[in-house]
Amino acid sequence: MTRMTTRHEVDDATLASSSGATSVAHRWFVARELGIVLALSLLVVVTAAVNPRFLSAQSIKDLLLGFTILAIVAVGQAVVIITRNVDLSVGSVLGLSAFATGSFFLASPEAPIPLALVVGTLLGAACGIVNGALIAAARVPALVVTLGTLYVFRGIDYTWAKGRQINAADMPAGFLRMGTATVLGVPVLTLFAVAVVVAAGFYLRSYRSGRELYAIGSDPDAARLSGIPVGRRVFAAFVTSGALAGLAGVLYAARFGTLDANAGLGSELNVVAAVVVGGVAIFGGSGSVYGAALGAVLLTTIGAALPVLGVTPFWQGAAVGALLLAAIGLDRALAVRVATRLRGRKARGD
Amino acid sequence: MQTRFGNDETASGVGVVEPSHAARVPVIGMRGVGKSFGAVVALRDVHLDLFAGEVHALVGENGAGKSTLAKILAGVYAPDTGVVMLDGVPVAFSGPAAARAAGIAVIYQEPTLFPDLSVAENIFMGRQPLRRKSGIDRRIDTAAMRRRAGELFARLGVQLDPSRPARGLSIADQQLVEIAKALSMEARILVMDEPTAALSGVEVDRLFSVARSLRSSGAAVLFISHRLGEVFALCERITVMRDGGWVSTDLAGATDVDQVVRRMVGREVSSLYPKQETDPGEVLLDVRGLTSRGVFSDVSFSVRSGEIVALAGLVGAGRSEVIRSVFGIDPYDQGEVRVAGERLRLGSPTAAIAAGVALIPEDRRQQGLVMELSVERNATLVRRWSLSHLGLLRRSSERREARTWTKRLYVKAANLSDPVSTLSGGNQQKVVIAKWLATTPRVLLVDEPTRGIDVGTKAEVHHLLSQLAADGVAVLMVSSELPEVLGMADRILVMHEGRLVAELPRAGATEESVMFAATGHRERA
Amino acid sequence: MATEQSTAVDAPRGWGATLRSWDAVVILAVVLVAIVGSLTIDGVSSPRFWRFVTIEMIPIALIALPMTFVIITGEIDLSVASMLGLSATVMGQLWFLGVSSLPLLIAMCLLLGASLGAVNGTFVTVFGLPSLAVTIGTLALYRGLAYVVLGDRAVANYPVAWTRQVISPIPGTTIPWFIMVVVGLAVVFGVVLHATPIGRGLYAIGNNVDASSFSGINVARTKFWLFVITGMVSALAGVYWTLRFASARADNGVGLELSVVAAVLLGGVSIFGGRGGLVGVLAAVVLLGVLRNALQLAYVPANTLTIVTGSLLIASVVGPNIVAMARQRLRQRRSAAPPVAGA
Repeated sequence: MTRMTTRHEVDDATLASSSGATSVAHRWFVARELGIVLALSLLVVVTAAVNPRFLSAQSIKDLLLGFTILAIVAVGQAVVIITRNVDLSVGSVLGLSAFATGSFFLASPEAPIPLALVVGTLLGAACGIVNGALIAAARVPALVVTLGTLYVFRGIDYTWAKGRQINAADMPAGFLRMGTATVLGVPVLTLFAVAVVVAAGFYLRSYRSGRELYAIGSDPDAARLSGIPVGRRVFAAFVTSGALAGLAGVLYAARFGTLDANAGLGSELNVVAAVVVGGVAIFGGSGSVYGAALGAVLLTTIGAALPVLGVTPFWQGAAVGALLLAAIGLDRALAVRVATRLRGRKARGD
Repeated sequence: MQTRFGNDETASGVGVVEPSHAARVPVIGMRGVGKSFGAVVALRDVHLDLFAGEVHALVGENGAGKSTLAKILAGVYAPDTGVVMLDGVPVAFSGPAAARAAGIAVIYQEPTLFPDLSVAENIFMGRQPLRRKSGIDRRIDTAAMRRRAGELFARLGVQLDPSRPARGLSIADQQLVEIAKALSMEARILVMDEPTAALSGVEVDRLFSVARSLRSSGAAVLFISHRLGEVFALCERITVMRDGGWVSTDLAGATDVDQVVRRMVGREVSSLYPKQETDPGEVLLDVRGLTSRGVFSDVSFSVRSGEIVALAGLVGAGRSEVIRSVFGIDPYDQGEVRVAGERLRLGSPTAAIAAGVALIPEDRRQQGLVMELSVERNATLVRRWSLSHLGLLRRSSERREARTWTKRLYVKAANLSDPVSTLSGGNQQKVVIAKWLATTPRVLLVDEPTRGIDVGTKAEVHHLLSQLAADGVAVLMVSSELPEVLGMADRILVMHEGRLVAELPRAGATEESVMFAATGHRERA
Repeated sequence: MATEQSTAVDAPRGWGATLRSWDAVVILAVVLVAIVGSLTIDGVSSPRFWRFVTIEMIPIALIALPMTFVIITGEIDLSVASMLGLSATVMGQLWFLGVSSLPLLIAMCLLLGASLGAVNGTFVTVFGLPSLAVTIGTLALYRGLAYVVLGDRAVANYPVAWTRQVISPIPGTTIPWFIMVVVGLAVVFGVVLHATPIGRGLYAIGNNVDASSFSGINVARTKFWLFVITGMVSALAGVYWTLRFASARADNGVGLELSVVAAVLLGGVSIFGGRGGLVGVLAAVVLLGVLRNALQLAYVPANTLTIVTGSLLIASVVGPNIVAMARQRLRQRRSAAPPVAGA
């Protein structure tokens, strides 16, 4: 190459650059997901030590089923939060989609199950389109818009349901079986979650448009300047979040069988909590959907472990809150430490 | 396009050829381009030709429209009137992506990096190398991306780890990443908007050799700068703009600094640095052994009543940081700050203000003003408690106060209740100064008081500082403009890498001696 | 870029200008809804209707006051409803354990609220964490602690005198006297926000934290105390809630935080901070209350009303934005005019 005579212009300090600091920072990013896995393992081990039944096949199956729905919604939420936005309407979208699934089977009991999945997902995507359009086109803050659509979607749900309840008897047996069936001991619903997490994780990591979501969250103005179609990407993120909440609604219907207009009520902040516990920065730009899904697993496992540990289940909410505070506090402390190290290694001599 | 870098010819500065443009079609031709924002006209009827193989300077005061022009070339703004021609064909960029596709790369005044992403990703965002050239498998080839980023840094002669995050990079390193990004695009047209503002001498040299090598490989470079010395060192042609309009375009050899300055200002400039001689009085500001780990250490100095003391040094030497610690914005680890003998509480601007200290900060828009608030509310923000009666603010006394000070400083504002963001840069700076003079300070800390303001206002600010000193105020001034430092200061303190390395009296100081100390050389030549 | 923003910015400029702005729109909407409601829906014009509106809106109105301050400084507190719930359960538990003096109970609740707020404030200002994340955490934490305190029990055997007193009307009217507490607080908050150096500081912080601290405003301390005050007022709302329903339960006020935030935003406060005022917020609280109760009288199912709340909220942000965009476009079209800004 042409690496020739400019060498003399380069001061030595620049040459002794910051590879050490890099590995510090790098290790930390990897370690973030590892941390949750460790916390999770610790929780499982301790709980199992106290009460071995915690690891019985049935109990594990319950656990896996338990986090499926939260994890799927959390993946969509993570995609949105990575772009420095937030989607508070996911709980309402889930509820709407769940009730729509029930109504769909009421209307056409013979319909194939995959069709129900598609319908629910599309309905969720439609909700996401409303959110995304308002945010991207009208340039309105996501927090406000999705707080508004939280009410609107739930209101539509209520109006539609008119206080009715759809029962398991109203839905095809095959659909309900999907809610409990297992493949090699793993619930089918959980496989959905795994597929969603892997697909989203792969996309965010390996595709240009996926990386651009991170860029947008990292610095929206810089993203605009470097030619990233910010509006379109943010729009797509909200459609994704909506679609996944819709899919989760269908799975909710399959799992619980009994549906009224209250499905997923108030779950939005829980979803955000899972995402943040999983290491996605609330102001975007960093974190992964794997982390978000792990966050969901951790939150659900705490809920399942407390009674086993002999703690009244009333402590669960408090534990979730404390965990969230600990997670963001720890993230902050680590970030400060990494920043100091990076600065310390800088030591430029010009 | 091969953009060779650092070959002997360019490094030694030989081979600067005057391009003969007559017969050629410019790669960029701007014809009667205009752009306005609301009521403010940023550009009007601008003509500019940019040829392949030239480095073309664009100079003008702040607010002359240079950055708007750069953003039009970058596709960020669409012109309201006129046309931009690429290779003689009119184009309308739909956005930054379209401009980039047309071969235009822009390095902005402030680096626009993504702090959470790796350096390599920052360089290749949106253009990451893919594993396969075609087909549906459009995955990013991360290894290739890192390798190519490494190659770019090698070409630039720097060592930066491509896989480290951009967060925590120094401003200079961030600029390097921006430059690498522009190189990686193999752009035919490179626009650099005040790229040297944050760079040290070595880094400026490095940037210049990149620009020269790009030129010799046939690219067109538009170099936007305030620093006329650099402009004349690098560029073949110089275009001057004033108040959004085109003024002149000349070969660099056919003009000189004085003429360019006159055209920038539109009038003769005299007595830029009118510091009056004063007899220093008692010590008002006394700083002893101030240390902030990793930032600066053992900084001791004092400023007397009636004195202007300049704190000189390169960007990153820790000057602003010292001032911020003195004022209490940042905490410090050791040492003490005394104002008229009284020790200042650590980390409390409120205490500093109460003791009669004022700080006119470096970054007017971010630190000096609340842009969305009105002129009068900005002017009275610091004095909001002393202007209130029984805890309540009265509009009349606020307005009176604001009017007094804006008048005294000749602030040009249509209405005191307009948001301060509607004022020009120079007038904004005057509001910042007004806001602090209203507190009748005994010690005035000023950080780059004339950065980015027009020459006329500059002279007013210098006159004002001199007047304040004559009235007995102790002034401590950070400035990167050596003529300003030499003209204004009674004494010059020079910092290098967080330490005070020299104290020069006004009589003995020259540009050379200050730079010598600032670059870390202890013995004098 | 600054010039582009200047059209959309509505810097606070005193009472006169306030009435020409978004506040006026919201107040007009309240009047309109009240008039149209009285003419078309049976019962809206009756004193009883206003009594119910008042009783129902008091907690939201109370918490909206400090929430306005918090959002103006660019932060948010989503834990208010949980602080309300936890205060209510603690009050119930203390009563259950034999504390029988109402002033003492109230004082203890306020103290508790202040400490809960101080926890929020510490996380936000000392550790420098984003308030959105922190208060989602304490939302879960405080609500969880409420469940820890009372479980699924309810403490309901308060003296009838207390429970009746809190909603007893002002003599000669049907309006509960407790509204006077709200009005009193609103006046205090309004004066502080719009006419004191403190309020001025809040707007400055919300617009530009750096410039504020360079101007000698202690940003961290200010925000800390705002969170403390928010906690205290939420606790006061918790006391009201307990007495009004004569029941302390762990789920008191669940979900109220979003109603409060919705009212504050509908009232014209920018979610990014620095813009908005109390008049608009209080008008928005009344608007939501009147609309809800009026539609209920018109046999619109209560749950459907959430559509109205949500749509209003969205319209309140989308509307001004579209107006601003249109205005900008119009101005650009006219702006072949000579330059205004020199230098």
